[in-house]
Amino acid sequence: MSAPPGNAHSTPNKPSAGRVRRPVTAYWRAVGVIAWKDLRAEIRSRELVTSMILFTLMTVMVFSLALELDADARQNTVAGVLWVTVVFAGMLGLSRSLAAEKDRGSLDALLLAPIDRSALFFGKMIGNLVFVLVVAGVLMFALTVMFNITLIRPLIVLFVLLGSIGFTTVGTLFSSMSVHARARETLLPILLLPVVLPILISAVRGSTAILNDLPSDDWLPWLQLLVVADVIFLAAGYALFDFVVEE
Amino acid sequence: MIDEVAARPMIEAQKLVKIFGVNPVLRGLDLDVQRGEFLALLGPNGSGKTTLLRILAALARPTSGTVRIGGWELPGEADYVRAQLGVVSHMPLLYDTLTAEENLLFFARLYDLPRGERRDRVHTMLRRVGLHRRARDVVRTFSRGMVQRLAIARAVLHDPAVLLLDEPYTGLDQDAAALLDDLLGEVAAAGRTVIMTTHDLRRGHALADRIAILSRGTIVYDVSCHAVAAADLPGLYADVTGAVTTR
Repeated sequence: MSAPPGNAHSTPNKPSAGRVRRPVTAYWRAVGVIAWKDLRAEIRSRELVTSMILFTLMTVMVFSLALELDADARQNTVAGVLWVTVVFAGMLGLSRSLAAEKDRGSLDALLLAPIDRSALFFGKMIGNLVFVLVVAGVLMFALTVMFNITLIRPLIVLFVLLGSIGFTTVGTLFSSMSVHARARETLLPILLLPVVLPILISAVRGSTAILNDLPSDDWLPWLQLLVVADVIFLAAGYALFDFVVEE
Repeated sequence: MIDEVAARPMIEAQKLVKIFGVNPVLRGLDLDVQRGEFLALLGPNGSGKTTLLRILAALARPTSGTVRIGGWELPGEADYVRAQLGVVSHMPLLYDTLTAEENLLFFARLYDLPRGERRDRVHTMLRRVGLHRRARDVVRTFSRGMVQRLAIARAVLHDPAVLLLDEPYTGLDQDAAALLDDLLGEVAAAGRTVIMTTHDLRRGHALADRIAILSRGTIVYDVSCHAVAAADLPGLYADVTGAVTTR
């Protein structure tokens, strides 16, 4: 039997001498630990990335067979195909990422950890970003083969990186909002698509200008818009995640 | 200031109200738990036990009322509160695609256990809950009882000052239940503060220092275990909750 009520014990590790400030895990270490856990779990299960890549390859095949385009038309549409596919494949992964944590209860385990909630947000966001970038890499290779256009260029890669950061940032925030809802798979695209529109438009326009070898005046403003959108979305995720995940 | 804080209860909840939609779950609940005290929280389904534990664990915000744990106030100082808490809930709060060892190492990192001590602590806990031979097996291959034992190891891994246990015996076989009895006895003897919700009146009486009965969102009965015989508890429980019980 344990001690009677009110009997305070005294060991150095207990708060019997008043408020004990137990260590709160360092911010960026917590971010890294969460992102690494997601990557490790995905490497083990291959659930998310496999389904995203399969969806991506199917979509590319459908587009390449359905749109019989000449060289010029391909040049002007391939960026659109790239980004629409990235967004829809990304939504597949985003909707499962936090939903899986919620369903098996591990989201509570993360929320119980002595870390800033925004560190949890950035950890999940980085994990999602890696998945989206892997899918985007496969997609660029597939489009290069199927559309016979070289997409793997440094500036296109930069657009993909910046666009993916903005998309996964707002996607992670919205998937954590919709994770408590019953119709979360439907709710996520409805919430997400209007908000990612500036990213989608900037990325498509900028990428198309680069593929058509246009001068920097034609793609630089879109790149700048992407950077601004990324900064705004990252700030919003940092500020809002705590309110979004709490009951 | 320190003496003043040390003299206060470890857990203080005052006038807690929680309303989901139009349904009040907690109705002005007051609860103090002293340092080193083991409180068994009894009550019928839907009486608000889990909601109360979720508020104390900083997983949910009360609609109104105040909560202080170890002198830290929720929600403003939630990071410091969470660092002191170990929680076992209905859900295992584990990752089924990771091994038992990987799960505990992940939480050891998240709770910022010293790098040099992590592996030793993880293996000590795995041995303590009888899972050291399954350390390298993924959790999805475990039985319900083994998962629950691992969940208990996760909850006490960082040696928390306060343990919140929501029906921890659910799904445990005889051996695992006996193991949990021993573990909780050790935790209580080490002076940790424990709140455990349970429907098992005899076990609650045997383990705890004090029993509180929750009904319709308020504490309707609160008594030291020394002041009530285990045999009288079922009748007393039925009287105050209106429930029919044979335990």
